[in-house]
Amino acid sequence: MMETKESLTGAAVAIPYGRSAATLKAASVCFGSFTAIDKLDLEIEAGSFYTILGPSGCGKSTMLRLVSDLIPAARGEVSIFGKTTEEARLARKFAFVFQDAALLPWRSALKNVELPLEIGRKRNIDIPTGPRNPRELLELVGLKGRENALPHELSGGMRQRVAIARALVCQPKLLLMDEPFGALDEMTRDRLNLQLLDIWRETGTTILFVTHSISEAVFLGQKVVMLRANPGRLREIVDIDLPEPRETKLRDTPEFTRYCGYLRDLLETC
Amino acid sequence: MAVVETVSVPDPVADAHAAARRERTMTAAVPIATAAALILLWEVGVRGFGVPTYIAPAPSAVAATFVDKFPVLMQNFWPTFVESVAGFAVGNLAAILIAVTFVHSRHMERAFFPIAVFVNTIPILAIAPVLVLILGPGITAKVVIAALICFFPTLVNMVRGLQSVSPQTLELARILSASKSEIFWKMRLPSSLPFLFSALKISATTSVIGAIVGEWVGADLGLGALIIDATFNFNSPLLYATVFMSSGLSVLMFALVTLAERRIVRW
Repeated sequence: MMETKESLTGAAVAIPYGRSAATLKAASVCFGSFTAIDKLDLEIEAGSFYTILGPSGCGKSTMLRLVSDLIPAARGEVSIFGKTTEEARLARKFAFVFQDAALLPWRSALKNVELPLEIGRKRNIDIPTGPRNPRELLELVGLKGRENALPHELSGGMRQRVAIARALVCQPKLLLMDEPFGALDEMTRDRLNLQLLDIWRETGTTILFVTHSISEAVFLGQKVVMLRANPGRLREIVDIDLPEPRETKLRDTPEFTRYCGYLRDLLETC
Repeated sequence: MAVVETVSVPDPVADAHAAARRERTMTAAVPIATAAALILLWEVGVRGFGVPTYIAPAPSAVAATFVDKFPVLMQNFWPTFVESVAGFAVGNLAAILIAVTFVHSRHMERAFFPIAVFVNTIPILAIAPVLVLILGPGITAKVVIAALICFFPTLVNMVRGLQSVSPQTLELARILSASKSEIFWKMRLPSSLPFLFSALKISATTSVIGAIVGEWVGADLGLGALIIDATFNFNSPLLYATVFMSSGLSVLMFALVTLAERRIVRW
């Protein structure tokens, strides 16, 4: 079902709904006596694009790290496609894109994309692979010809695209992105937003995308998850009912501005 | 309309290249010229003031000795070279292995790091006779002294290097369910290389110091032994020639490490 290919132009996007990619049930995360996330209930529909907004300290990044088995739940439970987070991690059901690309500086772009295929190979871990090899993934993110470049020879935007290609190499069903474009200039960010939407439509993966930017959240997300701080709780899930596929000129429409305004007001109350 | 211009047209690219070439020549020429001027000043000073040769020989006398006694110098060069290289290898290898255990076990670090610091505080000149007494007058004592002097900087740098992996890289490793050995070979060890080479550059020259100090205490061959011998015989030109030979050995070791670094650390 997830392997459904969509055209890059995105006409008649059939997103496989009806299955939960991730479920959080009264999940809490504590750091010592500090409660970062408090009894969070959330159901992430498979195939959808979720953006996560909230004031700083609301546990946006913590939530991604909870889902990706980087930090344990103090209470409650988290499941990914019906499995525990650990099982999902071992099966490479999800991938993570960090704010700084977290590339290995001594490896070329191509070698960085190949890293997930190398790790665990000697231990006979079953590594899922997608229809695209690392070289083709670099082409998909627009880095054809830069395969042998070292990270320091690439711009910030290019490095982040290598990181996205690396995340896609095991064909994850869930892509967790922690402010991946936060450190980039606005033009690069807008271009990468469009590219990410193309990739999402084409791979049919589920995306959880943490951002600080309201307009980025509206532009990318089918649903915006608004969290509130102290302690981190769910404030509201806002459906973004804008025409698909999303295009740059959408940003100038009154509907887009209305969503942004609504979220800005909502953020004030968090 | 094909008019062939033979008159030189200003070419900004060629001009820039020429300027860069001039710049490069100047960066090499200035220090060389300065050194030559200082040597000349030394020659003139020694001759002008009639300084006795046993106090300070003229550069020309040193150069003449260098040529005359070249076989003797080389005969003494090889033992010191072997001791320096062996000490460099042993000391750094030990430091690297101990750094690896420190990074993987807090207990080991807590138990042994203070001891490493203590050993490092003992002046090498004070510990050299002790080691020669224990290990005898052979090559072993010199290698151990050279190794000891290399050990500490590499240990400290290597521990820092192995810990220099960014938290996000470690999170990535966790998400990929990487094993401890995969994290070590694919992430920690490569991250440590720039730190390791900083330390190796230090020990490339200090290992020579270690070997020479070892030879001072007890040896009849080697640059250190030759230095002692030349000093006691008031053979200043030979002493100076040996000193140049020693620093030549240090430069050679340093150059080899720098070359290896350029080859390996390209990021």
